[in-house]
Amino acid sequence: MKGLPSFKHGVHPPENKDITSGIASKRFPFPKEVILPLSQHIGTPAKALVKAGDHVERGDVIAEAAGFISSTVHATAAGTVKSIELWPHPNGLMVPSIRITVDQSSSQMRRNRMVPRWQDVKDEDLSKEIAKAGIVGLGGAAFPSHVKLCPPEDQPVELLIINGSECEPYLTSDHRVMLEQPEMVYEGIRIELKALGITRCVIGIENNKPDAIEMMRKTRPADLDAKIQPLTVKYPQGAEKMLIKAVMGREVPSGALPSAIGAMVQNVATAANVAAVFQTGHPLIERIMTVSGRGIRRPGNWKIPFGTKLRDVIEHCGGMTDDTVEILFGGPMMGQAISDLDVPVLKGTGGILVLTKDECKRQDILPCIRCGKCLEACPIFLNPQWMKDLAKAERFEELVEEAHLNDCMLCGCCSFICPSNIPLSQYFAMSKTQLRRLPKS
Amino acid sequence: MTEKTKVIITASPHVRSPDSTTKIMWSVVISLLPVIASSIYFFGPSAILVIIASVAGCLITERMFGSNPGSVADGSAMITGLLLGLCLPPGFPLWMAFLGGVFGMGFGKLIYGGLGQNIFNPALVGRAFLQAAFPVAITTWPSGTQHWWNLQGDNFALPFMTPRPDTVTAATPLGNLKFGDDPVATPILDLLLGTINGSVGETSAVLILLGGIYLAVRGHLNWHIPVSIFVTTFVVSGLFYVIGISQFSPWFMLFSGGLMLGAWYMATDMVTSPLSTKGCWLFGFGIGLLTVIIRIWGGLPEGVMYSILLMNALVPFINRVTQPRLFGTSKKKKEAGE
Repeated sequence: MKGLPSFKHGVHPPENKDITSGIASKRFPFPKEVILPLSQHIGTPAKALVKAGDHVERGDVIAEAAGFISSTVHATAAGTVKSIELWPHPNGLMVPSIRITVDQSSSQMRRNRMVPRWQDVKDEDLSKEIAKAGIVGLGGAAFPSHVKLCPPEDQPVELLIINGSECEPYLTSDHRVMLEQPEMVYEGIRIELKALGITRCVIGIENNKPDAIEMMRKTRPADLDAKIQPLTVKYPQGAEKMLIKAVMGREVPSGALPSAIGAMVQNVATAANVAAVFQTGHPLIERIMTVSGRGIRRPGNWKIPFGTKLRDVIEHCGGMTDDTVEILFGGPMMGQAISDLDVPVLKGTGGILVLTKDECKRQDILPCIRCGKCLEACPIFLNPQWMKDLAKAERFEELVEEAHLNDCMLCGCCSFICPSNIPLSQYFAMSKTQLRRLPKS
Repeated sequence: MTEKTKVIITASPHVRSPDSTTKIMWSVVISLLPVIASSIYFFGPSAILVIIASVAGCLITERMFGSNPGSVADGSAMITGLLLGLCLPPGFPLWMAFLGGVFGMGFGKLIYGGLGQNIFNPALVGRAFLQAAFPVAITTWPSGTQHWWNLQGDNFALPFMTPRPDTVTAATPLGNLKFGDDPVATPILDLLLGTINGSVGETSAVLILLGGIYLAVRGHLNWHIPVSIFVTTFVVSGLFYVIGISQFSPWFMLFSGGLMLGAWYMATDMVTSPLSTKGCWLFGFGIGLLTVIIRIWGGLPEGVMYSILLMNALVPFINRVTQPRLFGTSKKKKEAGE
């Protein structure tokens, strides 16, 4: 493992990827009902175009993007709109959502949209097609991809970095994408390169997925300037800034976008889905999700339509064991704990983890002993020990100006490593939320 | 799956590293066991009596005045007690050792608010108090007894009575070389093994080194601090030795007195040492430099205790000046900006 590029600091949580990494992805059966929130991800909520009683086909636009950083919502199954009502969202809030009763007699064939050959589309129009298909980053933050594909004009992108590191423990959906659809990933890369008007690309893959590295090497088209870069296995290797540091050896300036140093990062699953848009004309309505953890009886990788309720996923995967204590959307380091089984899975849901008591032990919080382990873990070189004191005292101005709270990406390394189990990143998340609510002075 | 299944909702991350503060503390205690065993081997029952007395002082104080009744279990009071006991002379009156534990715990740690809040290493606060209160008793070094089971001094002296000096005393290697009538440097091998005069647990450099390395390997100790102390002590004292200012050879400096125990166990106290690696190098440098200066020019043969305490006081300052460089910024820019 020595000699592989990486970034400084970081942590090594137990990987637990072998639970599902060898299980081929399968299609998930259509549930009785899908729930599609109007705000699925970062950005402005979309505007609903349907009303109760309307019939929708799979792939139809049911809500349109409202603003640039916003994304179209598509029906993920054919059926009838039951209502538009407040429904629990993975983020814990009640969000206006479109409920669709799935038509059980439908063949669920997708209504194809007319899509031009991507080769024939003008470079600058490609991102519009991608926006229409509702593609968002599938790495977790679900940032609309077309926004990324339009970097500021004074910061031209020179290198496309494809993120196959999948550094979150348990998750194997990106791993399966690379194994099962490498040609789709490459096709997506070609489209994205064209959209950016560049030719060079690097695919970064953590070294704990030798089969994926091998597969990507084997299937690489000879005419594509793509380099496959194995990376040190370390969390958070998949974080944008960390990946760029590992691949390019350069740091993205504090507060700037990756395009400031000529880079753009896209997830492998995102690339594969971009290709799917132009091959089949289908918008983004489903994705591979890892259902794992010792608490689920039948773990696996499933292609699940968005809007499927957590309850249906768990039921189909054999149910939970009795010692289940926590259910997560996403990985164990940055994932969201879910309290309601009616919550739908969404575009950003890379995994559904059902964890048992042994996997997420609760330990008492002890006083900080100033051991400095959090400083040694922070990949952004912050001082979590000090920031925690500032956050506790609500000294927000110092927290932002001097301790650089805005650079914190809430990766959770500090909380993970803290021997006193102090919820450091929770303090920082709360401070960020509180700061957002404060009137800007 | 039943409807009744209860799940917990916590903030991410949902997994934690297996290390805990309690585990770290107790592994420090375990790593000290060989040192304690050797002290009993060298000094007989007196050694264990002194250790027990100071541990008792610390544990009772923590239990009575600690922030919560369970705070004894975190192991930090145990460490303070052991370390204090280990740096006292074997013939030390037990009531004084007990009092040192009470003072170190109470005024070195609890009045600051308990674990994690103190500025100075509590064991050294206790020892500094004893040094000030009982300067004679704490510098009375027995020269060894006839039988292993004999006490090394008046361990059972009554409180506030002058201990009867009924044993033959002899100087420690440091004291001998500095103030002795016939200064001879003790052979390094004796310093390593511990077949010398000195405090209960400071004599065997090898065992302390092993305990320290065990902790460093397990990640329970910041090895930058002892390494920085040793390098500084060696280089600075070597320099003075070569130009003829001091009679202490650098090897003698390293392995005599309380430097080993202090560098591995007291300077590395996480609470009272700097946060960043850079800070730890600076901290160790200061301790090494002060130790050499006090040993050569000070009024005492030993300087480790005061060096560590002085540097403890500088830790907040060191932390301020060694803030890590933010990712995506350059050092120069930051300095110019502020």
